[in-house]
Amino acid sequence: MIEVMDLTKKFNGFTAVDHISFDVKKSEVFGLLGPNGAGKTTTIRMLATLTRPTEGTATIGGYDIVKRDNKVRQLIGLVSEKMIMYDRLTAKENLRFFGKLYNIPKDVLNQRTDELLDLVQLDNWKDAKVGTFSTGMRQRMNVIRALLNMPQVLFLDEPTLGLDPQSTVEVREFIKKINRENKTTIILTTHMMNEADLLCDRIGIIDHGKIATLDTPSNLKKLVSGEDTIVLKLEIPNVTKKMVGVLQALECVKSVSQENASHVKIHATGDEAFDNIIDAIRAENVKINSIENLQSTLEDVFLNITGREMRDKAENKIPMPSHGPFRQKQRVR
Amino acid sequence: MIGMGAKTMISHSFRIAWKDLMELFRNRMGLVLLILMPIFMMTMVGFIYPSETSLNNVSIALVNEDAGFGDYRLSSTFIMALNSINDNTGMMTLTNASNLDDVREMIQTGDAEGGIIISNDFTSNIMSGKQGTITIVTDQSNPQMSAMIQAVLNQVFEQMGTALAQQNVAEQLGIDPSNALAVVKPYNIQAKGSVEGEFSYFDFIAPGIMAMTVMMSVMTGLPAAISQEREVGTLDGMMVAPINRLSVILGKTLAQMARGILQGVLILVLAVTLFGVTVHGNILLVFALLLLGVFSFVGLGVVLTSFAKDQETAVMMMTTIMFPMMFLSGVFFPTEQMPWFMQSISKFLPLTYVADALRKVMVLGADIPAITPELSILIVFGVVMTAIAVPVFKRAMTR
Repeated sequence: MIEVMDLTKKFNGFTAVDHISFDVKKSEVFGLLGPNGAGKTTTIRMLATLTRPTEGTATIGGYDIVKRDNKVRQLIGLVSEKMIMYDRLTAKENLRFFGKLYNIPKDVLNQRTDELLDLVQLDNWKDAKVGTFSTGMRQRMNVIRALLNMPQVLFLDEPTLGLDPQSTVEVREFIKKINRENKTTIILTTHMMNEADLLCDRIGIIDHGKIATLDTPSNLKKLVSGEDTIVLKLEIPNVTKKMVGVLQALECVKSVSQENASHVKIHATGDEAFDNIIDAIRAENVKINSIENLQSTLEDVFLNITGREMRDKAENKIPMPSHGPFRQKQRVR
Repeated sequence: MIGMGAKTMISHSFRIAWKDLMELFRNRMGLVLLILMPIFMMTMVGFIYPSETSLNNVSIALVNEDAGFGDYRLSSTFIMALNSINDNTGMMTLTNASNLDDVREMIQTGDAEGGIIISNDFTSNIMSGKQGTITIVTDQSNPQMSAMIQAVLNQVFEQMGTALAQQNVAEQLGIDPSNALAVVKPYNIQAKGSVEGEFSYFDFIAPGIMAMTVMMSVMTGLPAAISQEREVGTLDGMMVAPINRLSVILGKTLAQMARGILQGVLILVLAVTLFGVTVHGNILLVFALLLLGVFSFVGLGVVLTSFAKDQETAVMMMTTIMFPMMFLSGVFFPTEQMPWFMQSISKFLPLTYVADALRKVMVLGADIPAITPELSILIVFGVVMTAIAVPVFKRAMTR
């Protein structure tokens, strides 16, 4: 469905996306995972014909994104990181405005608008101005707006960014549903490991404008938890810099990351790894409170591949919990 | 096929324009400001500028140093005549002062705005066949007022002198006073406008203000509207749809034009109702000219929009260009009064031609043939600007 060939974007000498290539099959959910500034959004914008590639190209449904951009536009839908809607227009007015841009006949458009609003349980709000919606409602609007033209390919740029846990779950479920029922090919970007793990058939890990690895979530995890790789979580009374240094100096240890004042996570390889680590800690006269043998996660994959942790963890912080999904009595600002 | 494309493009433009206007009319604060701006502009310009060239209740210090000729003082007659003129027109409040220093002090303290000094030898000179001297003292810190006082008093004294001369000549030659006037003032000068009716400075300025407001409204509104949508992210929603990129710019321009024309109408209504401006030409031609003015200039707005990264920059760039344009295009002062280099700059500003043509239509009742040069220049401006703007905009949209 999508073929990306050497796609590159440079901004004033800075290379945001550096010769990336990948294919996405029809009705696949493909994830681009990486920290902010890795080039995810730029990649999506190029594929969505909003930004012109500096080098390379891509085809969507067989159409070149540069030469046949208007053909491509008919096939795609975009859920951007920023909400694409006008606060002073009502939900219905917003959808009809964008629908008209796709030359959808009036009666078809009216019907589709109602169906979509129904689908995300916003039908009671269709004549309310979008500016009065809560963040969760807005994001649902943002998603259905991209479905107006029944796209074969849907781009989702950080679809759950800034949402409360409830809305996050709802949006994720909705994405799965679209993919399942409409056979829509989906490309999504995220910096949340669990989101990529949950939604994607395949994941491309992108860092510094390059795709570091590309595989299914389970294969990626095998990369770090292969037969001789272990992930340990140790609890000791006090994690000192010296302690971390000692552990890192061990030959079997690939990486050490401090979780908090009393927990460290260690990736290590080799048969002797377990013994070596415990001996090293004992040698420092430090008591081990607990040891946990972890299943590796995508986070570990990222750490393992890029040699560093994901930046900007702050964005993972979860806002105030809300009460129930689609609550009808939501206060209108 | 091309016809189809153009039709779809225009229909998309109307969609976008409609959406923009919806947003505008639902923004109450913006709407209020939109209406207040021309009202402020109009009342401000209308009231601060001198609407007539006459004095009204200006305090003038009067010094009579006339020593007389024997018991006879011609100055008394002169002051009586001055008073009777003043009683009819109410242009001055006369205050007596003792000498020039006194007058200076009064001007300094603000008690007087000018002074009249009748010289010591006023009567004696006139009686002995010489000229009597009257000095007008002016306040240099207020050149405009001084110039006006000087001009008005000159005229008054001139008339008084003529009357005196007429009387003297009639007596000495023993002829009819009207014949005597012909001897004293052989030329009868009359001024007549090319159009009947009373005209004020406002008639000159109203068309220019209208042109300026409409163009300024579109020029600042367009880059602001586009860069605002870019910042908020909604522009992507339009750009990702299979529409011609030009329908975005066209739709936005249409909306801004509607906004500008609304302000233009408001100005026209105010000018007619508050300031007694009469439109002598075809009102449709007036609006056609305003639209042409926008067309001639919108390309520049589009180019700037393409370059501006955010809304703030866009508005700042526009203001930087609009400000000199306001003063150089003859909206407030005729370009003919400017030094030559400023005049040549004004020739490159489309607003100059819009204001000019609009003035001709509104004041002189000109029709299309009479303003053909302006029209053709504006069309050329528009075509060139658009030809530059379209590719630049298209490129900028997929940066």
